[in-house]
Amino acid sequence: MEMPDPKAAILARKPEIVARLRDVLPADAVIDDPAETRAYECDALSAYRCQPLAVVLPRSTAEVAAALSLLHEMGVPVVPRGAGTSLAGGSMPQADSVVLGLARMNAVLETDYTNRLIRVQAGRTNLSVTGAVESDGWFYAPDPSSQLACAISGNIAMNSGGAHCLKYGVTTNNLLGVTLVTMAGEVIEIGGTGSLDAPGLDLLGLVCGSEGQLGVVTEATLKILPKPEGARPVLIGFSANEIAGACVADIIRAGILPVAIEFMDRPCIRATEAFCGAGYPDCAALLIVECEGSPAEIDEQIGLIREIAARHDPVEFREAQSPEEAARIWLGRKSAFGAMGQLGDYMCLDGTIPVSELPHVLRGIEALSAQYGLEVANVFHAGDGNMHPLILYDANAPGQQAQCEALGAEILKLCVAVGGCLTGEHGVGIEKRDLMEVQFGPADLEAQMRVKDVFDPKWLLNPAKVFPLASSAARRAGDGGASL
Amino acid sequence: MKVTTEAQLAEAIRDAQGPLSITGGGTRPVGRSFGTPLEIAIAGISLYEPGALTMVAGAGTPLAEIEAALAAEGQRLPFEPALWGPVLGAAGASTIGGVVAANVSGPRRIQAGACRDSLIGVRFVDGRGDAIKSGGRVMKNVTGYDLARLLAGSWGTLGALSEVAFKLLPAAPAQATVVLDLPAGAAPTALAAALASPYDVSGAGWLPGTGAIVRLEGLAASVRYRAAQVRMLLERFGPARIEEDGSAALWQALRDVTPFVGRDGDLWRLSVKPGDAPGIIARLGCEVVLDWGGGLIWALMPEGTDARAQASPYTGHASLMRGAAEGAVFQPEPAPVAALSAGLRAQFDPRGILNPGRMS
Repeated sequence: MEMPDPKAAILARKPEIVARLRDVLPADAVIDDPAETRAYECDALSAYRCQPLAVVLPRSTAEVAAALSLLHEMGVPVVPRGAGTSLAGGSMPQADSVVLGLARMNAVLETDYTNRLIRVQAGRTNLSVTGAVESDGWFYAPDPSSQLACAISGNIAMNSGGAHCLKYGVTTNNLLGVTLVTMAGEVIEIGGTGSLDAPGLDLLGLVCGSEGQLGVVTEATLKILPKPEGARPVLIGFSANEIAGACVADIIRAGILPVAIEFMDRPCIRATEAFCGAGYPDCAALLIVECEGSPAEIDEQIGLIREIAARHDPVEFREAQSPEEAARIWLGRKSAFGAMGQLGDYMCLDGTIPVSELPHVLRGIEALSAQYGLEVANVFHAGDGNMHPLILYDANAPGQQAQCEALGAEILKLCVAVGGCLTGEHGVGIEKRDLMEVQFGPADLEAQMRVKDVFDPKWLLNPAKVFPLASSAARRAGDGGASL
Repeated sequence: MKVTTEAQLAEAIRDAQGPLSITGGGTRPVGRSFGTPLEIAIAGISLYEPGALTMVAGAGTPLAEIEAALAAEGQRLPFEPALWGPVLGAAGASTIGGVVAANVSGPRRIQAGACRDSLIGVRFVDGRGDAIKSGGRVMKNVTGYDLARLLAGSWGTLGALSEVAFKLLPAAPAQATVVLDLPAGAAPTALAAALASPYDVSGAGWLPGTGAIVRLEGLAASVRYRAAQVRMLLERFGPARIEEDGSAALWQALRDVTPFVGRDGDLWRLSVKPGDAPGIIARLGCEVVLDWGGGLIWALMPEGTDARAQASPYTGHASLMRGAAEGAVFQPEPAPVAALSAGLRAQFDPRGILNPGRMS
C-alpha cells in the first residue's frame, strides 16, 4: 500500500515539535520514545505499519484544541485514533504525523432518559455506552463486531453499523450531536443536544463517516432506546448459498423485519465449529435470524419465518428455547472472525450489494476464489446486503498478500458492478482508497474533496486516506510543510 | 423554465445568468424565493426492488405516485412525509425531491428516523453545472463523504436534486392509538413515559380536541397487546382509551397539521428538546400541535409575533413557516457553524445562484 513520502522538513524538526507539544499538554500526554510509539504503528489492518513522529493522549476537549492549534500552526499532519480497531487503516499513521489518541477521554457526561440520550466523551467504547444505561433498561443500538474495544469516536468517523442495524440503523441514525475540534483548534458544537435536528445545513450528517478528515470529535450526544421485552434467534441451515440468499429476500418481501439476519457459508461454519464448537449443522450455508418483542410476538414472527423457510427446504430449523440456546446460536457468529484468525491470515472485505444480487455475487466470489487459488469464507449481514468475504492467505508466503489484495479488489469491483458499493460499514481508509474511482467519477470525488477544503484547508487531518493519492496530491502538497 | 432530464438541469444551471429559484411541486413555500423559476420535473421511478427494500426515483416524481407504487407492494417510505400544502396555503403536488430538499419527516421520525435517515443516495447538479452522485442504492454505504445527508434539508442551496434513492419498510398490517385526555402542556411527560417503554411506539403527539396520542404498529395481535400495555402504563396521567378504526386519521391530521389549515395567524415550527416542551408551550401561550413526543411544536401565533423571543430559553430552533413576522425565517446558525455552512455554499455554488438566501 503506497503512502506519500514523509516531508523531510517535518521529520527534521521532531525535537521542536515534541517540545512545543509538551509546552501545551501535560507531560504524560506526549509520547515520543519509539519503543512506546510502536504501539500506535498500526490499527486492525495490521499488514501495514508505520511509526508516527509522536503520539498525544489528551484528556479534554481543551487539550485536543491546544494540540491541534499548535500542530496546525506548525504544519504537521495529524492522524486521529479512537481505539485503533479500524479494518481499513483509518488510523494508520504516516511517518511525519502526530497520532492524536482519544483513549483517555472515556467519561459519561450526562444520561437523560426523559429526552432519551446520553452524552459521552468520544473515546468511550461502544459497549460501555450501553453499559452505562442498561441497568435502567436502555441500550445504544449500533453494535459493530468490535464493540467491546472500538470507540465511539471511531464509530462516528466510519459511520459504523453492526448486526442489528437492519432495524435500528447505523451510527448516523443514532447520533444527535458532536463537539468537533477543527484542525485549526476551533471548538464547534454540531447538531443538537436534545432536539432531533439543528438549524441550517446537516453538518452532523456530513461529519459522520468523514473518517477523521474534517475534525476531531471529542464528545458525542447519542440516542438511546428502551430495551425490547425480549429477543430470540433461530438458526436455519440450507443445502446451497443461493437457497439461503433466496430465503433472505423472501423474509424481507413478506413484510417481516427481523432485527438481524446473519449469513455464514460452509468454510466459515467449519472454521467456527473447530474453534468454538457452537454445534452448528455441517451445511452449505446458514442464517441466524433474530426477532424481538414479547414472547407471544416473537412466537408469531418466528412462525412466519418458519413457513417461509419451509418453502426453501431447509436442512435444519433450530429455534432457541432458552437464553443458553440463544447464546449458542450467536456464539459461532460472534466467534467467526476469531475462528478465521486461527486458520491463518485473512483480509476482511466490506462491500455492500442489493440483497437481490446475493446469489449472483456469491457465485462470482466462488469463481474468483478458484481463479486466484485463495479460499474465501463468507460471513455477513444478509438483511442489508453488507457482505464480509474473508480471503484466507499466508502473509509469509511470497506474493500471497499481493494476490489476496488483487482478489479483494476484484470482489469489490463485482459489488460495485451489480449496483453496490466498496464499503458498507468499515470505511475507505487506506485500504480502498485507490478503488474509489471504480465507484465515483472525477466530479463526485472533487465535490467530496471540496468539503475537506472547507473544514481543513491545509489538508493536515488524516490527509492520505479516503481519496486516491493521485487525485488528492495537489491539495496535500499545499503549504503543509511550508510554514516550518 | 422546466427541466425533465438531468442533462437539461445541468445545462440550465451552467447557462444561468443570475439567481435561480429551484422548485419541485411548489407545496412548501417557506423562506425567501427570487430569481428565474426552475422547475425540476425529472419524473419516474427508475428502480424499485421490493425484495431489497429499495427504490430510486427522479426528483420530480410526485410523492403520491411513489406512495401508490409502494403501497401496491405492501411497503412504504419509513419517515411518513407530511403534505404541508394545505396548511401553508399552497396548491400543487408534492414531489419526492422537494421532500428531500426540505427533509420533511412525519410522526414516525421518533421510531424510523427522518427523511435524511432513509435517504441512501442522491444525484444532483451543483452551482457549476456539474452532475454529482453520492451514496447509491444499497442500505449500508460508507464509501466517501455522506453528501446525500448534506443535501437533505439544504432547500436547494447546495445543488439541485435530480435523483433520490431510499430504503423502505414493510407497511404495518395493523395500527392502534392510545388516546389520553390531557392538556398540551401535560402531554410531553406522558409521551416520554410511553417512549421509555419497550412497546416500540411509532408516534407520540398531541392534537387539539383529541389529547395526547400514542401509536403502535405491526402485526395485529402484537398491536393489540402493546396498545393494552401502553394504556395501562399511561392511565396514571389521565383517562385513556384505545382507538383502532379512527387511528390512521388522527396521524394524518397530526402529520399535515390539519387543525391549523385555513386559520389566521403566523405558523411557527419549533424543534426542541422534548423535556423542555412544557415550559416552552406555557411561554408561547398560543394554540399548538405537538409531535415527536413534544420535540416538535407547531405554534399558531398572532401575526407579527417573534416566537423565538417568546419561547426562550430553549435548545433547538424555530422556523417561520407561514406569516408576517419580521426577521429570519430559518433560525440563524451559531457563528462558527454558519462560517462552515457559508464555506460549503461557496464551494458548491460559487456564483451564489442556487436559491440564494432561501435558508436565511
